Amino acid sequence: MATLEIKNLHARVAEEDGEQILRGVDLEVKSGEIHALMGPNGSGKSTTSKIIAGHPAYEVTDGEILLHLEDDDFGDVEIPDDARTWNLLELEPNERAALGIFLGFQYPAEIEGVTMTNFLRTALNAKIDEREELLFGEDDDEEAEEEAGYDTSPMEGNVDDGEVGVAEFQKLLKEKMDLLDMDEKFMQRYLNAGFSGGEKKQNEVLQAAILEPSIAVLDEIDSGLDIDRLQDVSKGINALRDEQGTGILQITHYQRILEYVEPDHVHIMLDGKVVKSGDASLASELEDKGYDWVREEVYEAA
Amino acid sequence: MSSDQDHLKETDTEARFEFKKEQKAAFVAEKGLTEETIRVISEDKDEPEWMLERRLRALKQYQKMPMPTDWPGQPDLSEVNVDEIVPYIRPDVEVRGGVDDWRDLPDDIKDTFDKLGIPEAEKNALSGVGAQYESEVVYQNMQERWEEKGVVFMNMDQAVQEHEDIVKEYFMTKCVPPSDNKFAALHGAIWSGGSFVYVPEDVTVEMPVQAYFRMNSEGMGQFEHTLIVAEKGSEVHYIEGCSAPKYSAFNLHSGGVEVFVGEDAHVQYSTVQNWSKNTYNLNTKRAIVEKGGRMEWISGSMGSKATMLYPASILKGRGASDNHITIAFAGEGQNIDTGAKVYHNAPETKSTIESKSISKDGGRTNYRGLVHIANGAKNSSTAVECDALMFDNESTSDTMPYMEINESTVDVAHEATVGKIGDEDIFYLQSRGLDDDDAKQMIVSGFIEPITEELPIEYAVELNRLVELEMEGSLG
Repeated sequence: MATLEIKNLHARVAEEDGEQILRGVDLEVKSGEIHALMGPNGSGKSTTSKIIAGHPAYEVTDGEILLHLEDDDFGDVEIPDDARTWNLLELEPNERAALGIFLGFQYPAEIEGVTMTNFLRTALNAKIDEREELLFGEDDDEEAEEEAGYDTSPMEGNVDDGEVGVAEFQKLLKEKMDLLDMDEKFMQRYLNAGFSGGEKKQNEVLQAAILEPSIAVLDEIDSGLDIDRLQDVSKGINALRDEQGTGILQITHYQRILEYVEPDHVHIMLDGKVVKSGDASLASELEDKGYDWVREEVYEAA
Repeated sequence: MSSDQDHLKETDTEARFEFKKEQKAAFVAEKGLTEETIRVISEDKDEPEWMLERRLRALKQYQKMPMPTDWPGQPDLSEVNVDEIVPYIRPDVEVRGGVDDWRDLPDDIKDTFDKLGIPEAEKNALSGVGAQYESEVVYQNMQERWEEKGVVFMNMDQAVQEHEDIVKEYFMTKCVPPSDNKFAALHGAIWSGGSFVYVPEDVTVEMPVQAYFRMNSEGMGQFEHTLIVAEKGSEVHYIEGCSAPKYSAFNLHSGGVEVFVGEDAHVQYSTVQNWSKNTYNLNTKRAIVEKGGRMEWISGSMGSKATMLYPASILKGRGASDNHITIAFAGEGQNIDTGAKVYHNAPETKSTIESKSISKDGGRTNYRGLVHIANGAKNSSTAVECDALMFDNESTSDTMPYMEINESTVDVAHEATVGKIGDEDIFYLQSRGLDDDDAKQMIVSGFIEPITEELPIEYAVELNRLVELEMEGSLG
C-alpha cells in the first residue's frame, strides 16, 4: 500500500515575480482510496496536480511531497528498506511516474505520428526500467543497446526491446481495452491526435490502466464529457481502484461525476489551501450551498 | 528477427561511423587544382581524349564562376578553399575498377565496410553493391541474374572504358552541364569514381542496388559521378550512403548525379547522407523524365557541416511525375540547406514535395525549393509541404519555397509549418515514464513518421537509427 503525503506545500509560478499559488496544502492519499479535490477556479487544484507530477512551470517554495511505498506496491518486486520513502520534489517527472505516480491531464497533449501502441509500450517499459534503477540502482541499458534492432516496423519499436514484448503487450492492452469498453481501432491511431474531448479523457484512463500507478491524480477528467462518456470514464476509474488498488485523487468542479465515482474523502481548496475535508456528503452539501458557504465558514472561524 | 535487418544491429552505434583508418594509398594527387593535376588524374585513369577535354573545359568554367555567397541564409563557404584539398586519392588495391569479392580487399578497407554493415546488407537485401573508398570504387558486384538481363551496374571510370558510347552521350551533356553551377564545374573537372547504372527496356530490378561512399583521409575531396539510364518501361531503385570520420581540416564532397528516366520508366534514388561534421557537401543531382516516367528522390541529410543540395527533376514528357521526400537534421554548427526543384515542361505532369526538417543546439535548416510550371504544361499539378521543428530558441529554420507558374490550368497546393517542440508535449510524455531525451526522440520520430512510413523498410530503419544517434549527440 502506497501513501502520497503532501505537507505544507507552498508553490509559485517559476518566473520572476511569479504568482504565489499554493499556500500550505496538506493532503494524504493512500492506495485504494478515492479522494475528490474540489474548489472554485483559481484555488490551486490543477497546480497541485501538476506539482505532484513535477511540472517545470512551478517552483516549490516550502513544504514537501513524500511517497511511501510498501511491499505489495509493485507486485512481486521486493522494495529495499532504504527505498521505501521518496521525496518526490527531488525526482524527475519520469522517475515519479516510475514509482507509481500518474497524472491524468485536463488537456492531454496531441502527439502526431506516434501510435498509441508504440507510445504505451515504450512508456510501460521505460517505467519498469526506471523503477529498477531507482530501487536497485541497476542500469541494464547497455545490454539492451547491444541487442537493438527491429523486427517489426520501426515505428512499432523493437520487438525484444524492454521488459514487456510486443505479444505480451498486445494481450495486456486488449484486456484493459475490454475493461474500458474501448474500440481496438484506437491503438493504431496517433496519440490523442484528432481525438474528441471524450476520447482523450477515456485515453487518459486507459493509460492509467496500462501503467498501473499506485496513485492517480486526475485533473478534471469529467470536463467536456457527455453523459455516456462520463459513465464509461467513471467505470474505468472505479476499475482502477477495484482491480488495481490505485489510489485516486480526483479534481473536479462538479458533483456530477461523484455520483458515479463515489469518493471516500472530499477536500475543498480555497486560495491555495485545503480548508475543509469530509466524506461524500460534503460534496452534496457543497452542491447545495456553493463555495461561498465554505468561504464564509472558513474565514469566520479564522 | 528477419535477416535483412541483422546488419543494422550488429554494428556498435558510436563506433559505426567515427572510426578512422590509417591512409594507405597507391596514388595521391598534389593539393589544389591545376590543369596539370587534371592531366595527371586523367592519365592515371587511362581515359580517352574526349574525357580529358571535357575535364579541362569544366576546369576553365570553374575558374571563371564566382562562389555562391548571396543566397539568403545559405551556409558560409568561405572556408572552402579548393587549393587546400587533395582532390584525388587512389587507394592501394590491386584490381582497378573494384574487386567482386570482399575477401580480396585489403584488411583495413574490408574492415571499414564491415563496420558499416555493407556486406551483410548485400547478402540480404540488395541486387548489387558498389563501394567507393576515397576516390575509387574498390568493390563492385551485382547478382548474375541481372547481368543476364542486360543490366549494367559498374563503377563510372570503368564505364568510360567499356560503355564509351553511352557515357559520351550522357555524361554531363544534357542533364548536369558543368556550366550549371561552380561546384558542378569543379565536379566536371576532377570527378572520380561513382556508379554507372543501365537498365534495359522493360526490365524491373526488384531489389535495390546500393553504392556506399567513404572518405577516410583528412582534407580530401570526393567527387563521384553517378549516371543512371533507365530505358523505356524499366524500374530501378538506387540507394547511396555516405560517411567519413571527423578531422579538424575540412573535407569536401561534391558529387554529380544524372538520371535519365525513359518513357514509363520508374527510378527511385535514395540517399542517406551522414558525412562527418567537418564536411562540405555540395552536390548537383538532376533527373530528366520522359513521357509517363516517374522519378522519386528520397534524401536523409544528417551529417556534414554544410549541405547545399536541391535534387531536381525535369518533367519533359507528357504525364511525367516526380516525388521528393526530404528529411534534414541539423545539430550544433550545422547548416543543412536543402530542398527540391521541379520543372514542369509538359502537360499533365505531377509533382509532390514533402520536406521535414529538425534543428537543435543552434543548428540551422533551410528548405529552398523551386517549382516551375512552364506555359503550355496544361493540367499539371504540384503539392509542396514543408514542416520544420526546432528544439530550442538557438536553432533556426527557414522555408523558401519559390513557385513560378506560367500556366493557368494547373493545380498548385502549398503548406508550410514551422514550430518549436512543445514543453507541454514533453512533460506529458515524461509524466508517463519517458525521460527527457526519449520524450524528445519520440516527438521527432512522430514528426518524421508521415515520411518514414512511405520509405522502403530497410531505409526507414536506417534513417530512424541515424535520427536516434543524432538525438543522442553521439556522432560528434
